[in-house]
Amino acid sequence: MVETAAATPSNQNGSVVRAARRSPAAHLAGTFEAASLAGVAEIKEIPFQTMAGIRVQRDGDAGARVAAVSGGLPAACGEVVQNGGLSTLWLGPAEFLVIAPENAHASLGGDLLQALTEALGDGQGQVVDLSANRTIFELSGTKAREVLEKGCSLDLHPRAFKAGTAVSTEIGHIPAILWKSGEDTFQVLPRASFADFLGRWLVDGMREFASPEVP
Amino acid sequence: MLLISCPNCGPRDETEFHYGGQAHVAYPEDPYALNDREWAEYLFYRDNTKGAYAERWVHSTGCRQWFNMLRDTVSYEIQAVYPMGAAAPTTTAQAPEGASK
Ligand SMILES: [Zn+2]
Repeated sequence: MVETAAATPSNQNGSVVRAARRSPAAHLAGTFEAASLAGVAEIKEIPFQTMAGIRVQRDGDAGARVAAVSGGLPAACGEVVQNGGLSTLWLGPAEFLVIAPENAHASLGGDLLQALTEALGDGQGQVVDLSANRTIFELSGTKAREVLEKGCSLDLHPRAFKAGTAVSTEIGHIPAILWKSGEDTFQVLPRASFADFLGRWLVDGMREFASPEVP
Repeated sequence: MLLISCPNCGPRDETEFHYGGQAHVAYPEDPYALNDREWAEYLFYRDNTKGAYAERWVHSTGCRQWFNMLRDTVSYEIQAVYPMGAAAPTTTAQAPEGASK
């Protein structure tokens, strides 16, 4: 489908694809803006990122070839490898998620999926386009951790959960990937069908911090 | 809620896992050689142990990997977590009072 769109001459700059796209939490954009308080607790959706699901044994030949394209494969739970605009998250001993900017996707002229597929070759494993599987919520601010702690039972204290770590866990009783991308910044990745629920759930958790403190 | 130590991810809430029933139930060497009763016993009959019980779990919300666990069905104490395919470790833990296999 995306390949067909990219091949249309009138769509060479991707404007047709971009105009047709609707993100899983697009309808919450106003709600997110109204719920955010700069520096304290802010939320926004980062939609349409290119995501590739990879299953490969990282210590084999195929794993080495895939790693050469992704810029490395993380070795253990929590690890994220960042290289040249690509972030590769550990999801399992032989399962990884590569996250790249929107224009890495074939529909906008990118070749990430193709490059990964070619690297895997006939090796055991798979490379799957998961770009539409999840959306990203960026939750930031000094109270971002407290918002998440309302519905995530992991130890999110900085001494245990360091920036540059990502885990697959539960937030607000639903499965999501939680990636701490900065000291006060978290990327929360729910599946598209959970985006509305989790978006509203996070907004609900932010409410107390966006109101003036009662003395 | 149980706090289960996934061999890959570390301690996580029980709700991140799914239960896979009794461990070490081997698939029959030759299923065709079994009569209906033996086949039904393989499919549906499981121990109902009071005490240390070897069972399979999968970390569904995390690494999606299966592992074995030795859990006391009375106290819920997790006595061991070990890989699929490995033999159940012998436990020196006390069986609860009145427990028999
Ligand atoms: Zn796990």
